[in-house]
This record gives sequence, structure tokens and C-alpha cells, in this order.
Amino acid sequence: MSDPLALVPKDPERQTAKDFKTDQEVRWCPGCGDYAILAAVQGFLPELGLKRENVVFVSGIGCSSRFPYYMNTYGFHSIHGRAPAIATGLASSRPDLSVWVVTGDGDALSIGGNHLIHSLRRNVNLKILLFNNRIYGLTKGQYSPTSEVGKITKSTPLGSLDSPFNPISLAIGAEASFVARTIDSDRKHLQSVLREAATHNGTALVEIYQNCNIFNDDAFAPLKDPQTRDDVTVRLEHGEPIVFGADRDKALRRSASGPLEVVPADSPDILVHDARNPDPSLAFALSRLDSPTFEHTPIGIFRQVERPSYDELMRAQIDEAIAQHGAGDLTALLGSGDTWRID
Amino acid sequence: MTKQVRQLDRVIIRFAGDSGDGMQLTGDRFTQETAAFGNDLSTLPNFPAEIRAPAGTLPGVSSFQLHFADHDILTPGDAPNVLVAMNPAALKANVGDLPRGADLILNTDEFTKRALAKVGYAANPLEDGSLGEYRVHSLPLTSMTVKALEDFDISKKDAERAKNMFALGLLSWLYHRPTDATVRFLEVKFAKKPEIMKANIAAFQAGWNYGETTESFSVSYEVKPATLPPGLYRNISGNMALAFGLIAASVRSGLPLFLGSYPITPASDILHELSKHKRFGVRTFQAEDEIAAVGAALGASFGGALGVTTTSGPGVSLKSETVGLAMATELPLVVIDVQRAGPSTGMPTKTEQADLLQALYGRNGESPVPVVAPSTPSDCFAVAIEAARIAVKYRTPVMLLSDGYLANGSEPWQVPEVDSLPEIEPAFAEAGEEDFQPFKRDPETLARPWAVPGTPGLEHRIGGIEKADGSGNISYDPNNHDLMVRLRQAKIDGIARDIAPLTVDDPSGEARVLVLGWGGTYGAITAAVRRIRAAGGTVAQAHLRHLNPFPANLEEVLHSYDKVVVPEINLGQLALILRGRFLVDVIGYNRVRGLPFKAEELADVIRDVINS
Repeated sequence: MSDPLALVPKDPERQTAKDFKTDQEVRWCPGCGDYAILAAVQGFLPELGLKRENVVFVSGIGCSSRFPYYMNTYGFHSIHGRAPAIATGLASSRPDLSVWVVTGDGDALSIGGNHLIHSLRRNVNLKILLFNNRIYGLTKGQYSPTSEVGKITKSTPLGSLDSPFNPISLAIGAEASFVARTIDSDRKHLQSVLREAATHNGTALVEIYQNCNIFNDDAFAPLKDPQTRDDVTVRLEHGEPIVFGADRDKALRRSASGPLEVVPADSPDILVHDARNPDPSLAFALSRLDSPTFEHTPIGIFRQVERPSYDELMRAQIDEAIAQHGAGDLTALLGSGDTWRID
Repeated sequence: MTKQVRQLDRVIIRFAGDSGDGMQLTGDRFTQETAAFGNDLSTLPNFPAEIRAPAGTLPGVSSFQLHFADHDILTPGDAPNVLVAMNPAALKANVGDLPRGADLILNTDEFTKRALAKVGYAANPLEDGSLGEYRVHSLPLTSMTVKALEDFDISKKDAERAKNMFALGLLSWLYHRPTDATVRFLEVKFAKKPEIMKANIAAFQAGWNYGETTESFSVSYEVKPATLPPGLYRNISGNMALAFGLIAASVRSGLPLFLGSYPITPASDILHELSKHKRFGVRTFQAEDEIAAVGAALGASFGGALGVTTTSGPGVSLKSETVGLAMATELPLVVIDVQRAGPSTGMPTKTEQADLLQALYGRNGESPVPVVAPSTPSDCFAVAIEAARIAVKYRTPVMLLSDGYLANGSEPWQVPEVDSLPEIEPAFAEAGEEDFQPFKRDPETLARPWAVPGTPGLEHRIGGIEKADGSGNISYDPNNHDLMVRLRQAKIDGIARDIAPLTVDDPSGEARVLVLGWGGTYGAITAAVRRIRAAGGTVAQAHLRHLNPFPANLEEVLHSYDKVVVPEINLGQLALILRGRFLVDVIGYNRVRGLPFKAEELADVIRDVINS
């Protein structure tokens, strides 16, 4: 498998989280889940040991998109929804960079939905961190494309009418080669997912459940509350049986009619997670377990398959053209075609 | 039989037929033959947006006009001397443009009752005397082609489709064109279908032989090669010249070329051409939409590439926000708008100049960007390099306004020496700088440093939010915003010091009327001016390549003449700016027909102003 970081220079010095902090004051609301994600990312990057100047964070617009200002790397805070497009141009022309996109549910799934699905199908070397708080924060509290139906917000006083996207289902449907979900409050899990995403060849989509304590507080409470979280969180580990519950007494199985069903852990034929399966149907079925009440919510890597990245294919076409015909010669190009000479 | 050969100094031919008749190909081949022969030439392809509009209808007519001469010419010609009409629709759509005495070559096989009725001919124009003022050559082109190909193992349909090659062969004979290149072209085009290849070559030769033997044509014509400056020449269209110019800018700057584009008429050929040149390290990215196309180009620029996006007017509308971001982050970006008739979808295959105000002002906030415009198909090469030069030197998006006429039209181009092309110096910020400030400006150009990822010690963050002067940190400080708005404006205004002053062509020095144009109207305006001077009139001419900033001497030039005429294929967009900026009461001449101006109509307009 191609290593997407093979061409990214490594720092001979040992790095710490502090190396990735900037002198800018972090301006998210106190208590915002973004702080935890920022700390987790800053804490994780030293593990990769890449030269800081070869790491780039690109974002769109929204609370999450302020992220690059706080990372002591190169950064580009762009315009609403367009970060995947901008990052595509950067990543496909610079194989020596590790390019990360930070986006939110409005940025990625509403105004930028087109760019998200196309970067996923193209498999450009981008690591997309989608902070999903199921609300518009920066514009002060309108419902988002991941808000539950009936959401009462400033723009929907009688409840929202439209069905939400499930970002995991969407990504799998968009031919994504890497799809994962994690949660802001579980740093260990978040970093374990980042680790796999960073070294994945192609686009990695990491949905991060993130709490907006101002406009949509406790949106993921059942997954965070120590009383309930172990019971409802379904941790996906590649190659491991999918067993969950506080007492690890529940498991998943395919029902005769197709969908997954929750069965006692000692039942026969319980599912073993296979993120590497080329066929996406199991990953998709797992993504459909989500429910508004969070009674069984998978977190972890749904899908992680090998596929050539767009940028390496693009590079290969150039290398091949040069290998076959030699590097371009401008004099020859300008004088090509049907020419004539006047003496 | 020896036939008479007559000498002509110039000829205008128009090939017209159904969209599926291969008229563009026929015109292209005749153009290549003519270029190889050494005439000066100018072309005007004119076709519907529909790929195969209903056969035999007026909207389905596709035409290709070619003007060639033994001297330097500037336009595809006002009125054809020869019309080749492959069916009644082609005749009806084009006959109105013919001057009395023009040659009409008609494919009589298609003049059936049904085909005539389809376009509203009550009587057959071949028989009712309505074509009396023309020299009509009635030829059964289709059946002659089929007969010439009866020994080939191809279907009747394939044989009929070769009728355009028969017509091309006939016209090649009529004007003494060299034929080798067309034979070679057919050999390559149909390499995988040898029988079709042989049949097309046979049809082409049959057309030539028919000319030589028929009594329908008693005279053939010679147009001697033009006396152009010595050098190597090729024929080039505007879109091809843009593609070559972008590659040249990449080579001369050492910056890898990244093109983000979304297919749109009439700009797609630039994407097609650049995608062939991977040996130059060119990356072409066909994006999911116009916004992604410009976004990817900007991302590549951020990474140190020469980021370019190509589109037409509706695409510019979609890209506006990203161009604003490029302007605010002060990154190089070349935005090519091959203008077409608008508004909205408008007439995609027809030309217009109505995106000037969009290019200048079509963004939120105070968002000045340099705007440049080529004047002829081959000038697209130099202007593409100029756009890249300004973008890189001043760290700014640059809008280049070509148009549908320049894009598809072609003319001979003297191939330049590579060493004579401008050098472009990226001048990246280098590692080791203490206290790096991403918005600390060069005192002369006001350009900010271009510090690309991978440069140690220069890690920084940029974005669309207002930045503090120097540090580039987010700033909502009122006075800082006022300062930054003015600095960005001053940077663009200052480019005026770095561009050539406007040159005025006023040979007698006594003209009181100036004709000022911009972009693709150059040929028609210049031809009109020549006509006026040839008749003893006096008029000055100037043509703007830089629309923002204007050349520093423009105001002085405008005030040097009693009257200034500004012909534009819009409702007066440059005129509006000239009036607003310089308080000059310019006289607009504005037509938006989707077609280039004719030299004679402009000559009439200018004459009226001179005499008023």
C-alpha cells in the first residue's frame, strides 16, 4: 500500500504538542468541544514527526474553521464550503505535504456538500475532520443538515422539516475509502482514529461528534454520560466481534431480512467487524444503526480500504509522459503543428 | 483543357451546412492549406450550441468563414465572395450576407421539396430566379461523392458523409491550395478505419478533379502569399494561443502550471489543449463545478504553483467569491474568461464583450483585480504571459478577458523565440527570515511575500478575514481595515507604472477623432480605420490591453482629441468607466448580436463622427 506520507519530510527533532500551538488567543466559547479536538490534534501530530512546515490545515467557514489559526503549521482559512476544493489543488500538486481539512456539518454537508462528495470519490490525499455539532454555531443557532427532524431553532420555530444527512452513510455512498467517527470527549479514541486517518492513502473522512454548549448543548449526551455511554456506544475494531453494552452482553447480527439486529453477545453468527472489506454494504449497514436516541451508536473506523489516490495517479501520468517522450521543450511546442517559414 | 487563372488580392469564403455536415472541419482544413500556402488569413467559425440541431433547419446551420489575402489582413471579412451551401437552410441563413456577384456553390441534391419547405422556401430558389444577382454553381455534391466512392466497401451513409471532402477538394482546386497536409490529416484522423480514410481521400481528390474537368468552373484563382516578416509561422486560434501562453509562463517562471477547470463553451478547448501537455508538468484538474475549479487553482497557488482557471461568463459568476478570497489573501491566480453572449446562459457559441464590469467589479467589498484583454487570436499568447506576470509579481488574481470570436478564430502567428519571452520571477520568501510577517509589503510593488508550505520558519495562516497590516493576524480594528482596503487598492493601481503606456496610431498627427477599443474588436476597428485613411480621412486609433489599471497616459490621450469613439460589443461598459474616471464624453457604438463588428459598419460610424 502506498504510504501517503512517504514524500513528506520528517523532523529529526522530537516534537511536543506545544510545538503546534500558535500565539493566537483561542476564541471559541468557553466549554466548546473544539478545545478538546484542538488539544487532541496538537497532542497527536508529534507522533507523526513530520516537519511542521510540511503540514497544512485548510478550513472553510464556521466555528470549526477557525482551527488553522491555532495550529503552528501552514494554514488557510478559506470560504464557506470550499476547503476540500482548495485543499485538492494543494494536495494534488504537493506530494511533500500532509494536508488536513477542518470543517463542520454546515460547511461540509450544506454549502460545501458537492466538494465533499467529489473529494471522497476522487480519493485525494486529504484528511477531513468534520466537526459535527448538529447546529449552526457561528451564525447563532439555526438548524443544520445533521439536525434531527423537528429541531426547534431560530429559523425553525415550529420545528425543522427536512431529514438530516448521516455523514457516515453519505461518505460511504460517495465511494469514500476511509470513513470513521469519533467523539470530542474521548481523546484516546479520537487520536487512535487520527493515527489511522493520517496514514491512509487518499481521502479520510473523520466525523467528530462535537458538543456546542451554547446552541445545542448535550446533543450527544448519551454517548458522554458515564451512566449511559458504555451501554450505547458500539466500538468498531477491525477484525473483532462487534460486542457492546456496559456488560458487553450485546452483539450485532445480520437479520434474515437484511438489516442489522441487536442480539445477546453469546448468539451464534455475531458480526465480526471488517473495515477492509471492499464491499461497502456492511459499513453502510453499521452506519444505519444510528438513532435519534443513541441506543446503539457505532464509533470507530467503518471503512478503510486501499485505492490509489488521485494525486499519485495524477503524478504517475506526468511521470509516464516524461518517461515516454521526454520533458517538455517550449521551443518545440511553439513550433509544432503545420508550420511554414518565410525567408 | 487549359483554364484561365485569375489573380486576386483577397478572398472571403464561407462554408455553410448542417451541424452534422462537417463544415467546421472543412473550414479548418482549408485554413490549414491556406496558412501553409503563406497567405495572411483570419477566420470566423459560427455554429449553434446544439451538437446536432434538427437536420435541415435554420437553427441547425453551422458555418465557417475564412478571409485570406496576399497582404496583411485583420478580420474574417464583412461579406463572403463565395458561399458554399450544403442545403437550403444553409443558403437561406447566409444568402443575405452576400454581395452582388458573389459565387454561390450549392449542393442541389439537398434542394428537395421537403427540405425547401422545411425552411419556408415556397419555390425552389434554384429555379425561381431569386439568385439572379449571384454566380450560381449548381452541383449535385452528394450524388457525385457517392458515385466517386462506389468502389469502396463503405455504407451509402458513410459515402454521403464524405461530401464535405468533395467540396473541400473542389475549393482547393479553385484557389490553388496545397493538398498534401489534408491528405496527411485524413490519414491520421481515420487511421483506425482504413476504408473510410481511403474513401475520404478519394472524395477530396474527386472534388479537385471535378474542378479541373467541369465546365461549371472556367476560371480558377490565385492569391499570392502575403509578404510577412521573415520567420517561422503557424496558424493559431485564440484558445490554443492561451494554452501555449500559459505553458510558456510556467516555463519562464519555473512554476508548475495547475489548471482547475469545468467544461464550458467556448473555453473548454483550453482545458483540452493543456491536458495534452503533461510533459511540461502541467496538472489539469476537471473539477466538479466552477467553484471547485477556481478553488483548486487557488489551493495550488498557495502551494507555489501557477494556478489558473478557465471559464466563460456564467462560470465567472460562480467563481466570484473565490476570486475575492484570492484578492484578499493576495495570492497569484489567473482567471481566464472567454466571454460569450449573456446574460445567464445567453448564446453560448456566440461572442460578446459584456463581462468587463463583472471582471472589474463582480465581487463583494472593495476588491480590485487587474484585468487584461487580448486583441487578436495570436495576441492571446502574449496576454496570457502578461496575466501570469502580473499575478505572480503582485500576488493577485488577474482576470483575462478573451471572447468567443478570438477563442475560435485563427490567424497566422510568427512563432516567437523562447528567449525573447518575458521572464517571470516568483521571488518566494525564503527560510531563515527572522520575525516573518506574511503581510509585510514590498515598498515598491506593495506585494506581500509568497511563502509556500514547506518553507521552514515561515509557517503562517491566511484567510478571507481582515488581516492586520504586516502580521496578517485577524484584525477587526477600524483603522487597520481602512488602511488595508487602501493598500490593496494602491497595489493594483501601482501596476500602471509597470505596463506600457498606451500607444496611439495617428500617422498624420492631425486627427481630431480617436477610436478607442479593447479586446477582440481590434481587427474590425483597425480595418475600419484603414478604410477611412485610404479614402483620405484622418483618424487616430488606440487599443487597450490593460483594463485595470489603465495605462498611466490614458487620461492624457483621451483629452488630446476632440471626440473619442468607443466601439464595444456590449451596451457601453468601457464607455461608462471612461466617463466616470476621466469625465470625457465618449461616443459609444454598441451592438450585441453575438457576432464581431464588421469593418464597414465601424467605418461608417467613425466617418459620421468625423463629419459631425
